[in-house]
Amino acid sequence: MTRWLSAQIAGRPVLAFIAVFTVFPFVIPYEGLAAQVLTYGLFALGFNIIYGYTGLLSFGHAAFWGLGAYGTGITLAKLGIHSLWLGLGAGIGAAVLVGVVVGYLCLRRRGIYFAMLTLAFGQMIFFAAFHLSEWTGGDDGLRGIPRLPLDLPGLTIDLDTPLRLYYFIMVVVTLMLLGLKRILESPFGAVLQAIRENPSRAEACGYDVRRVKLLAFTFSAFFAGVAGALEAIRLNFVPIDALYWTTSAQVVIMTLIGGAGTFFGPFIGAAVFLLLQDWLSLVMESWSLVIGIIFIAFVLFLPKGIWGTLLEWLRGRERMEADGVRKQRERQNQAAL
Amino acid sequence: MAELDWYLLSSQAFTGLGLGVIFVLLAVGLSLIFGLMGVTNFAHGSLYMLGAYFTFTLLTLTGNFWIALFGGAILVGVFGMATEVALLRPLAGRSIDDPLLLTFGLSLVLVEAVRLIWGKAGLALDTPSALTGAVDLGFIMFPQYRVFVIGLTAVVLIALWLFLTRTNVGLIIRAGTRDPLMVRALGFNFNAIRTIVFGIGAALAGLAGALVGPLGGVYAEMGVNIIIESFVVVVVGGMGSLLGAVIAGLVIGEVVSFTTLFAPKFSHLAVFIVMALVLIVRPSGLFGESGLME
Repeated sequence: MTRWLSAQIAGRPVLAFIAVFTVFPFVIPYEGLAAQVLTYGLFALGFNIIYGYTGLLSFGHAAFWGLGAYGTGITLAKLGIHSLWLGLGAGIGAAVLVGVVVGYLCLRRRGIYFAMLTLAFGQMIFFAAFHLSEWTGGDDGLRGIPRLPLDLPGLTIDLDTPLRLYYFIMVVVTLMLLGLKRILESPFGAVLQAIRENPSRAEACGYDVRRVKLLAFTFSAFFAGVAGALEAIRLNFVPIDALYWTTSAQVVIMTLIGGAGTFFGPFIGAAVFLLLQDWLSLVMESWSLVIGIIFIAFVLFLPKGIWGTLLEWLRGRERMEADGVRKQRERQNQAAL
Repeated sequence: MAELDWYLLSSQAFTGLGLGVIFVLLAVGLSLIFGLMGVTNFAHGSLYMLGAYFTFTLLTLTGNFWIALFGGAILVGVFGMATEVALLRPLAGRSIDDPLLLTFGLSLVLVEAVRLIWGKAGLALDTPSALTGAVDLGFIMFPQYRVFVIGLTAVVLIALWLFLTRTNVGLIIRAGTRDPLMVRALGFNFNAIRTIVFGIGAALAGLAGALVGPLGGVYAEMGVNIIIESFVVVVVGGMGSLLGAVIAGLVIGEVVSFTTLFAPKFSHLAVFIVMALVLIVRPSGLFGESGLME
């Protein structure tokens, strides 16, 4: 049953996503947490493009999440622009724009250098936002982001209840998932994975590796920006921590626990992380001690994460069954002879 | 007026030197570990913090600053060696990102464990009575303890340099940085070398934390910011280069000190701007070899 279910999910990811997340807010302690799983899941999904699929460990993705959130927040709260779409667009635009510049500079180096450079640029943006307190609210965070109604052609929906907000976020995330699926299944997606497996070979095959990486990084920043923009709407507030490097680290943890380089892993990781955090912080003060130990255990023993390990197990079973069928046929053939 | 400015500038330069040597202690350890093991030690900031806490506890137990200072650093070194054996050795042969991720997890655990053991509130580490007061350096008066920090770092660095260049173990370490496979092929116990190097790096971080304790206080989050700045120092100096770590550490210390004087808002930002500029001109850092660990 579990196997059948996981196979279904792996086979039709977006349908499975819709099925699971439609009922999700009713099985979770409260709707706010369910919506948080969606925004962080989308953030992790974006991070996974660059880490899981392209093999580049970015430790500065808080920059794009935070810029998405601040861009949206500042447009709505400080500039007084009264449109949800323009607000989201401004945040996403800021994330993509900075993503291109940071990506261009950091992709000059690979490996550990790349991790450190993204980390450093992320911190640079954090300190910049910290000191531009007239715009960002500085240490106190950005308050007073209005919850505007959703304007669609011929239709206006108020996002005033947690459940309505949840389903709005879910629709956006579903569209993003469809987009990601399209990207990963395109030849471009295949080139990304080729770069992860062997960058020199991909280059020798004639691909402009640096351009492909920059494009992947920009996509990744775009996804993180959308997630951050949605989070600003969800919270009506942007904490300065959204840009701090610990947020970058959080998305790394989520993606790794869920399963880097798998389509669904980041969502499972975000859900596990946030539910665990929510529960642990109720029962004990040092919840991050437990999260840290769990994370270390995953790095040591389950580097493929929950979803990646499950998928591997499934494939192993399939292969074993295929072997079984083949041997049976061979026996039958021998008997016939 | 001109005399006052000169006084201010030179005292700021000396403050920068005091800050710079702390960066140097951290960056040299990071660079040593990275050069030999290919490990980016994200827990380095936590080891620094641990040094300050160990020193605090040893000081309350023994009442002797010297025992506390060096004992604390050595304890952190031993802790680092245990970490290397228990957690990093199993990762041999895995992706270069994995040790970074693991040590990051370790840093979360250490910060939280310290909060549990020593409490959430910060602790005050007293400056030893022999080192309170100021020294007349001829052109400026400077706090004695800061002069001591600078002097001790210089001594430790010279000792480390002698160890690496004049002893057999140091020779093997330097050879291992060049070509680990060959060192192993020659029959040396490379695992033991890795453990020793991680221990030395950890002890240097612990010493840095213990030295900063009396200046900035002892608290669980003290390593969270400085680890990023130490990474910047290592990147600017060139990863794996010890000379680079020393020079970049001193430069970054002065940059922070002088931007604090002229534009306090930008002192944190300046560090990253320096890094960006260096990398645009020299992508492998001031003294780095290109292609290392990529």
